[in-house]
Amino acid sequence: MFEQSISALAQQLRNKDISSVELTRHFLDRITKLDPQLNSYITVTEQLALSQAEAADNLLKNGKGTSLTGIPIAHKDLFCTEGTLTTCGSKMLNNFIPPYESTVTSRIQQAGAVMLGKTNMDEFAMGSSNENSFYGAVKNPWNVNTVPGGSSGGSAAAIAAGLAVAATGTDTGGSIRQPASFCGITGLKPTYGRVSRFGMIAYASSLDQGGPMAKSAEDCAHLMQAMAGFDEKDSTSAENPNDDYLTNINAPLTGLKIGLPKEYFGDGLDSKVADVIMAAVKEFEKLGATIKEISLPNLQLSIPSYYVIAPSEASSNLSRFDGVRFGHRCDDPKDLLDMYMRSRAEGFGSEVQKRIMVGTYALSEGYYDAYYLKAQKIRRLIKEDFVKALSEVDVIMGPVAPTTAFDLGSKTSDPVAMYLEDIYTLSVNLAGIPAMSVPAGFVDGMPVGLQVMGDYFAEAKLLNVAHQYQQHTDWHLQSPTMAKGA
Amino acid sequence: MNWEVVIGLEIHTQLTTKSKLFSGAAVGFGAEPNTQTTLVDLGMPGALPVFNKEALRMAVMFGHAINAEIGMTSVFARKNYFYPDLPKGYQTSQMDHPIVGIGHLDVTLEDGTTSRIGITRAHLEEDAGKSLHEDFQGMTGIDLNRSSTPLLEIVSEPDIRSAKEAVAYVKMIHSIVTYLGICDGNMAEGSMRCDVNISLRPKGQTEYGTRTEIKNVNSFRFIEKAIYTEIERQADILEDGGRIIQETRLYDPEKNETRSMRSKEDANDYRYFPCPDLLPIVLTQDYVDEIKATLPELPSQKAARFENEYKLSEYDAHVLSSTRPMADYFESANTIVKDAKLTANWVMGELSKLLNQEQLEIENSPVNAQAFGELLVRIKDNTINGKTAKDVFQAMWEGEGSADDIIESKGLKQVTDTGAIETMIQTILDANAAQVEQYRAAEEDKQKKMIGFFVGQVMKASQGKANPGVVNPILVKMLKG
Repeated sequence: MFEQSISALAQQLRNKDISSVELTRHFLDRITKLDPQLNSYITVTEQLALSQAEAADNLLKNGKGTSLTGIPIAHKDLFCTEGTLTTCGSKMLNNFIPPYESTVTSRIQQAGAVMLGKTNMDEFAMGSSNENSFYGAVKNPWNVNTVPGGSSGGSAAAIAAGLAVAATGTDTGGSIRQPASFCGITGLKPTYGRVSRFGMIAYASSLDQGGPMAKSAEDCAHLMQAMAGFDEKDSTSAENPNDDYLTNINAPLTGLKIGLPKEYFGDGLDSKVADVIMAAVKEFEKLGATIKEISLPNLQLSIPSYYVIAPSEASSNLSRFDGVRFGHRCDDPKDLLDMYMRSRAEGFGSEVQKRIMVGTYALSEGYYDAYYLKAQKIRRLIKEDFVKALSEVDVIMGPVAPTTAFDLGSKTSDPVAMYLEDIYTLSVNLAGIPAMSVPAGFVDGMPVGLQVMGDYFAEAKLLNVAHQYQQHTDWHLQSPTMAKGA
Repeated sequence: MNWEVVIGLEIHTQLTTKSKLFSGAAVGFGAEPNTQTTLVDLGMPGALPVFNKEALRMAVMFGHAINAEIGMTSVFARKNYFYPDLPKGYQTSQMDHPIVGIGHLDVTLEDGTTSRIGITRAHLEEDAGKSLHEDFQGMTGIDLNRSSTPLLEIVSEPDIRSAKEAVAYVKMIHSIVTYLGICDGNMAEGSMRCDVNISLRPKGQTEYGTRTEIKNVNSFRFIEKAIYTEIERQADILEDGGRIIQETRLYDPEKNETRSMRSKEDANDYRYFPCPDLLPIVLTQDYVDEIKATLPELPSQKAARFENEYKLSEYDAHVLSSTRPMADYFESANTIVKDAKLTANWVMGELSKLLNQEQLEIENSPVNAQAFGELLVRIKDNTINGKTAKDVFQAMWEGEGSADDIIESKGLKQVTDTGAIETMIQTILDANAAQVEQYRAAEEDKQKKMIGFFVGQVMKASQGKANPGVVNPILVKMLKG
């Protein structure tokens, strides 16, 4: 049951072959059995899930509901959920129960989905390995000695291990796509502004974007139907109407123009990963696509640009965690400054502290022009690269990450190596375009994701491209051994 | 040494929007702590600001009123610093691209001199909450009702050269924002707060001296006193050969002194950067023009019209137009009186005197414009004279009724019947034969002085009711014999 798609499960729920309560119990049982090995959930909301499942069954009984009604899914623990602990992977919010609901989770809830719980993540979404969580590292279900990727590592691992049908994630520099690649699932980072950020705890506001993570592109489309769209509570939310993400998902790919940026296939890319990507590209050729080599000349600059802009915004966004109104407050502060300093030193982990300091420095008087302003200029160049390339091709393809999942602990002492993990994903966030990770094969038993990037608001196109590929391949249907064991 | 004082002002005006600058919470003064807040004002995780377009309209109105460039693209920036009543750890303000750019105001002083004060900019920003240090046993209470309340910060050029000019400028701003209806102008409740930058330089020197900033002065009187005090303090230091430290100071009205709050060295690096949660505000020319077309009459325009239409002096026109309620009071009273000079004198004289005595605003006057006008009509039609009118006005003020009621019930109607007055005069001349003799013997110019005695006697005999305009010519004629 855990390997089935949203469409298949929705059909069975509608036919009364199964009930949502049964389905929900099935996943809750799997979480109980398997998650101790993976640590993909921070909070499991068993009671809430069962009551939501019951409500869903009642709706379905009356022939109501959507394709998500009764489907058990999980939310990354940075979406605020009313009445449910929302930690953002941080000790700072170890006690934080929001009195409000994020737009994303609210819309998914209104579509009738069941929330199994809140998934683990790198603290405040800062990390590429999910090792920066106050609640402990998440393990990759394909090999528990490796990382699941980050920061949405909990969501990716949970889906791969069959501990949720689908999940939400957020992507600031690759945080949906890279864990999707490492865990062999499908993930979409929508266009900046397509999915509301209201109630999403901010890391870097101009880059953060919520999106779906699931087994398949079609499942992602089902989630997008519910979560995407204008929200008056988010001023950066795009006002143009949503596409229907399912209508054209079966359109043939004949004549599709695919751009392969040469910078995505240079030094640093594992050759076996490159082989997997090229094999996938060949598959698209078989489906009628044409291939064109293109160039995104400023790719290398995306790392320094990102690691100035994101920490700068983070240094300001995280100022509200001051121990005054909510979250962690140190014991017996002797004065205001002591309260601020100890509350924040105790509440934030080292990666978060590091990025706050980097961002504070970059925005300081006398450094602003040299760092922040320059980074913004590079950002414009990167955006122009994509706009130019996408005027010549329909989609751009390349790897999501230079390697498959690496061993736990192998890069924690080398932040630059860790930051280089994001080389193929960061530029997409800087440009604001949508991109997906689609399972495309394995290297030494570990999954490899193909990255598909598209023009602004071309989510429907990306889902169509990925879905057609998945109609002709079965990489996305593979499950790790541990998932089958339970 | 002869010092020249250089003053620049930053005025924070709280805009009269219904809801806050970035949230739907109500704006209001005096509510229970933390009852006028939303997730946004509380700085909750994941909360996002949504810009209040009403505040934008108000800022553009102000821009037009000071003949300023309107920022067709303005950008909100974050000003980062930690303080318990600043819930997000930053204030959303405008830095490089304010909504209102360079403009100016012409300020008229009491002596009639006018000077042009440059306005560098005016920008929108959100207010912080309040820290409450009393009643919490050594702890601090935080009230976030004021958090995210919209402010328009108006920054002047250092063009002001005296305390009087500073006050005149602030009054002018006060008058403009209240005319526009974008600020209630209530300084006691903090709707308008002033930061005063002051430096001294030897007369004739072109470069500025080191300045200090006096924060949060919130009355016209305190602005003037704080400036005098600070000028004196700086002059004393400079004359003793000392140096002024650039710092922020607080004015203590009780001790009439300024005290150091923090020096420049302790100042925060605010790490301004464009707020990524808000898009730049891009205006169309149509929008800007439409606001300009619907602007109400401004104080300077009204003053010019008063001079023109009512033939008032420049000074009178300026005073009467200084606040919208006063201008409205004057105009509606005068529609009844139809004698602008008389109405103007009474509004600026008796009415203002009683209002000042009781510290009342004109809109709270116990005598409304209609009743006031009816009183003046009785002066105009000679029912009562000016002196009696003052008594009637006092009685009206105390709630004794309308002018006519009081005149009637107290029998104050002026005697204008020439026969009755002649009889009265004859009686007085008979009783004061010696003075009549002296008068008749005197030179003409002496006579003019002596006639006052007889007028006094007549008024006394008539209990003030004799019309002096009627009394005088008859008296002169009868004295001639």
